[in-house]
Amino acid sequence: MASGVKPRVKVPKSAAAGDVITIKTLISHKMESGNRKDKQGNVIPRSIINRFTCDFNGANVIDMTMYPAISTNPYVEFKAKVDASGEFKFTWYDDDGSVYEAAKSITVS
Amino acid sequence: MKITRRDAVAMGLGATMVAMLPLRVSAAGEEAVMAFTGGAEAGEGDITLTAPEIAENGNTVPISVAAPGAVEIMVLATGNPSPEVANFKFGTASGGAEVSTRMRLAGTQDVIAVAKMADGSFIKTARNVKVTIGGCGG
Amino acid sequence: MKKTLMATALATIGAASALMADPADIPLVIEGEEMISSVKAPDYIPGLDTAYSGWLFRSEETQALEIDDFENPGMPAVDYGLELWSTADGSEGKSCADCHGDISEMAGVRTTMPKVNENGELWAMEEYINNCRVNRMGAEAWKRIKSPEMLAMTAAIGLQSRGMPMNVAIDGPAEPFWKLGEELYYTRVGQLNMSCANCHEDNYGNMIRADHLSQGQINGFPTYRLKWGGLGSIHRRFKGCMKNIRAEPYKPGGPEFLALELYVASRGNGLSVETPAVRN
Repeated sequence: MASGVKPRVKVPKSAAAGDVITIKTLISHKMESGNRKDKQGNVIPRSIINRFTCDFNGANVIDMTMYPAISTNPYVEFKAKVDASGEFKFTWYDDDGSVYEAAKSITVS
Repeated sequence: MKITRRDAVAMGLGATMVAMLPLRVSAAGEEAVMAFTGGAEAGEGDITLTAPEIAENGNTVPISVAAPGAVEIMVLATGNPSPEVANFKFGTASGGAEVSTRMRLAGTQDVIAVAKMADGSFIKTARNVKVTIGGCGG
Repeated sequence: MKKTLMATALATIGAASALMADPADIPLVIEGEEMISSVKAPDYIPGLDTAYSGWLFRSEETQALEIDDFENPGMPAVDYGLELWSTADGSEGKSCADCHGDISEMAGVRTTMPKVNENGELWAMEEYINNCRVNRMGAEAWKRIKSPEMLAMTAAIGLQSRGMPMNVAIDGPAEPFWKLGEELYYTRVGQLNMSCANCHEDNYGNMIRADHLSQGQINGFPTYRLKWGGLGSIHRRFKGCMKNIRAEPYKPGGPEFLALELYVASRGNGLSVETPAVRN
């Protein structure tokens, strides 16, 4: 597992049923593109987060495929529709096989 | 300076390669669009790509794409070493095909967004982003 | 007068970009708190009428990254710094929190750095942190420029003072250091034979190739630079500037850069601490 990888997510604490809410996510990751060389001229191997998903109460919100053109510390902002209280589950997939997870609850009235 | 026939051929070849360069780059972008649409032609439609006209640094360029009714959006940077940037599939709990992220651009180039609509048709849009080479790299 | 001439000349060239607008026009509000992003320059800085935050010189997109803590790409490092604050390290088994309490106790510290310590030496925040680590915690010193831990810690401590005006002391025991810093600021060096003042006093607001020159204020350090793809320290930036003018950089943490840091900080006395700022 790459060191110091930390997810951050921002979800409103509450919303009304049927609301469309904005979710922001960021994960600290170098996103080594595989296009760079070190001081000796050797290619630094690619090491990126290649996929990010968000689900709400088991239903998918977004499923994103990332390529090396995504910046360091990948940031993603998107919309979700909430009909009932529940939990958002966030998952990031690393090239090295690591999986990073985060969860956030929302109260819907 | 005496120019031999061999030199002339070499120079001609060089010029051809330079002339072909932008073509090759957009061809890779075109290929990626075709791979996404399965060969179908992407038309115009309600799709918005927001990106700075001039990016202060190519390392972190904010972009937003919105295509109401889309089920999937692909973002491509035609002038990067490989054109793919990101692909977004919107699920049943999505609040709309609207997403923002930050990307790397290797230089001034066209950024393309292609959206797959619920009926299986495709629409696309493009935007030119200039990437500045700063005076004070530091 | 020189400034006015410069502005006129520039207007004539007609680079009517939005970047050229009077920087004082836009308020800098971070998480709802308004920063002092322009202020009357101190009397002891005759070369400046107004001190302007570097934020005012950046593009709209770069500016946007600093005004929301979630979007600020420097914040994951702050999180790491907060974690380190309460993590015991070294032979004494102590953490920062064991002596200093909550990190919020550090509010105000960033505004007075660098400052003269009890032995009469000029220290920046990095020196104070390493002094604690070596002499109180029995831990290894962090590398001044390259250590991610040092950057995370200086960012986390700096954030506690965000919004508070910079207020470094330049008199008393600090005076000789400040005088040295002032001298270095105006001394031309390197193959390009330039001083700090040539860019950051004589030409701020102008474009140097594609870059919009700022006053080189340091109230936002450690700062997240898009170019670096991470946080960087004041001395790293100084080093970069010196390389740009093809000079042999002074040693990070050495007496020249510490004196220069004090002097440059004093040029921005009155500007809010913006740590961790975001720049291009």
